[in-house]
Amino acid sequence: MLSYTAKRLGQTVFVLIGISLITFVLLQVVPGDPVALMLEKRADPETIAKIRHELGLDLPYHIQYYNFLKGAVRLDFGTSYFTKEVVSVALIRSFKVTVKLACMAFVFAAAIGIPCGIFSAVKRGKRIDSVVMVLSIIGVSAPAFWFAIILQIIFGLKLDILPISGFDGVSCYILPSVALGARYAGSMARITRTSMLEVMGQDYIRTAKAKGASRWSVIMKHALKNAMIPIVTLIGTDFGYMLTGSMLIEKVFSIPGIGKLAVDAMSNRDLPLLEGTVMYIAFVFVIVNLIVDLSYAFLDPRIRYGKGAA
Amino acid sequence: MGEKLLEVQGLKTWFHTDAGLSKAVNDVSFFVEKGKTLGIVGESGCGKSITSLSIMGLVQTPPGEIAGGKILFEGEDLLEKTEEEMRSIRGKKIAMIFQEPMTSLNPVFTIGQQLIETLMLHENLTKQQAREKGIEMLKLVKIPLAEKRFDEYPHQLSGGMRQRVMIAMALCCSPKLLICDEPTTALDVTIQAQILELINELKEQTGTSVMMITHDLGVIAEVADDVMVMYAGKVVEHATCDQIFEKPMHPYTYGLMNCIPKLDDDDTKELSVIEGMVPSFDDMPKGCAFCPRCPEAMDICREKMPKLSEAEGRMVRCFKYTEEWEESSHE
Ligand SMILES: Nc1ncnc2c1ncn2[C@@H]1O[C@H](COP(=O)(O)OP(=O)(O)OP(=O)(O)O)[C@@H](O)[C@H]1O
Ligand code: SF4
Ligand SMILES: [Mg+2]
Repeated sequence: MLSYTAKRLGQTVFVLIGISLITFVLLQVVPGDPVALMLEKRADPETIAKIRHELGLDLPYHIQYYNFLKGAVRLDFGTSYFTKEVVSVALIRSFKVTVKLACMAFVFAAAIGIPCGIFSAVKRGKRIDSVVMVLSIIGVSAPAFWFAIILQIIFGLKLDILPISGFDGVSCYILPSVALGARYAGSMARITRTSMLEVMGQDYIRTAKAKGASRWSVIMKHALKNAMIPIVTLIGTDFGYMLTGSMLIEKVFSIPGIGKLAVDAMSNRDLPLLEGTVMYIAFVFVIVNLIVDLSYAFLDPRIRYGKGAA
Repeated sequence: MGEKLLEVQGLKTWFHTDAGLSKAVNDVSFFVEKGKTLGIVGESGCGKSITSLSIMGLVQTPPGEIAGGKILFEGEDLLEKTEEEMRSIRGKKIAMIFQEPMTSLNPVFTIGQQLIETLMLHENLTKQQAREKGIEMLKLVKIPLAEKRFDEYPHQLSGGMRQRVMIAMALCCSPKLLICDEPTTALDVTIQAQILELINELKEQTGTSVMMITHDLGVIAEVADDVMVMYAGKVVEHATCDQIFEKPMHPYTYGLMNCIPKLDDDDTKELSVIEGMVPSFDDMPKGCAFCPRCPEAMDICREKMPKLSEAEGRMVRCFKYTEEWEESSHE
């Protein structure tokens, strides 16, 4: 288990370096000169050159990459070209908002999706199974912003019980997290159902029944622990997506999270902010994947102890 | 005759499939005496497993349905029991070992956890006592390094070892009846012999009755007192082990008998196999289900289904041993 963890950690470092390189290259080739954008119409070639020099943009690419990497390791991506805010400070500020939203949306999605999936699998073929599956398809395919607006109209305007924008209290996050979580609840219900059905047909489930185990124990202990293995992969990735911020949901509810930060950085060609945001997103995915892999080992002894040992 | 522990009367287990009604077990009756072993033989698909799952109350409904009959265990009809009552019988009074040792243990729990679970379900033990008893059971089924194996996961054990674990798990609550559904089919020959010997030995020690399901008459010869031969969901011959090997009466039984290789056989002599296949439920012949493959079939066999009736001190389902046979051959 230790060597497995060490190996996965090693791979993670490698992946992060690769991503930083790709990010750097991509940002060099995006069209639009950030300096020209910054200075708008007042730009004369001399000033542009001066500012490019100040920002280090006139240095050879490998030096620029080296500087970028050196900063990135210390989480120092420089300051925003536009707001002059330190990038890491902006990231942390937005992250605090996004993480609240992501956690609430995730808890909502898992608390609805997983039990519904189990229930649906147990009631396979019954009417209630079809109802749950239709609802899950609606959840997966309805656009999040449409859902968000409906929620705002019902709970914000008509019933007037929940705020429709802002980000101070927990209550502000309820509607956004439901709107964001709905599609994940749907996909979690579906994967849980599929995975449970697959496991319920296995020989060891028959063995558990033959022992005299109760229906509850067969489902919640023998089946679920096996079914969790594919479920964890999906919900881990889902959580990763939520942590990278949802531009639409943040827009609709006026929440200044990572999504908004990314949009601002892109539309302004704000290179330091963009680099910081992209590296943050990459980092989130790599970490989430690492956690998913480690939890695999936790759930599946065949991985923990190496395959094929007789 | 000894006391009957289990008596199955006219059991009908049917499956409602998209292709129609499949009468997987169709009017099957038999009994198992205390301390005895009943062997059930027959080709794949003849309803052996469904018979045993019916006894355990583990037939999936739907698509399955127990359409009739009685399963008397210690005089009480299991088909009348509630799910709750069945749960206290399963694993405690009737235990079962399955065909697939590789997949019958739960991969995410240790051997020990799975043994302890069975013990805790049915016996009033503390966790520590259950652990001791579990290790004792592993020793009983001759698993080397029982203490170490106890905390290992199924994938760390070989197929033969896993089947031993299954046996330990089945026997840990001292069941009255042990149903073995092809316990050795998936194992290689030397391991097969060891497992059969183990089952025999444990049966002697504990006085448990055994239902040994197999498609291999060699296995029957090793362990059974009585033999029931099934074909297409019905019993075709039921006799003592000695009777069957001395003189198989049903044409299907001696067909099976010729499929066993004998050591003194000439190498060049080919093993005979029964021609043809088991009819599927949607083209079951009108008369004797075996007649399309039977070398001795006559007109009467195609018209009527023979009854299971007594002949030479055993039960056989074949016209050959009835008066009608004489009559029809004189026609
Ligand atoms: N779930 C099911 N749905 C429909 N038909 C079924 C189902 N399970 C079993 N059957 C039918 O019941 C018949 C008997 O099956 P069973 O498993 O008892 O055979 P078996 O004698 O144990 O064979 P094997 O030696 O292959 O284990 C099969 O022919 C099959 O068509
Ligand atoms: S009844 Fe006829 S067909 Fe059937 S087994 Fe006997 S002889 Fe063969
Ligand atoms: Mg079978």
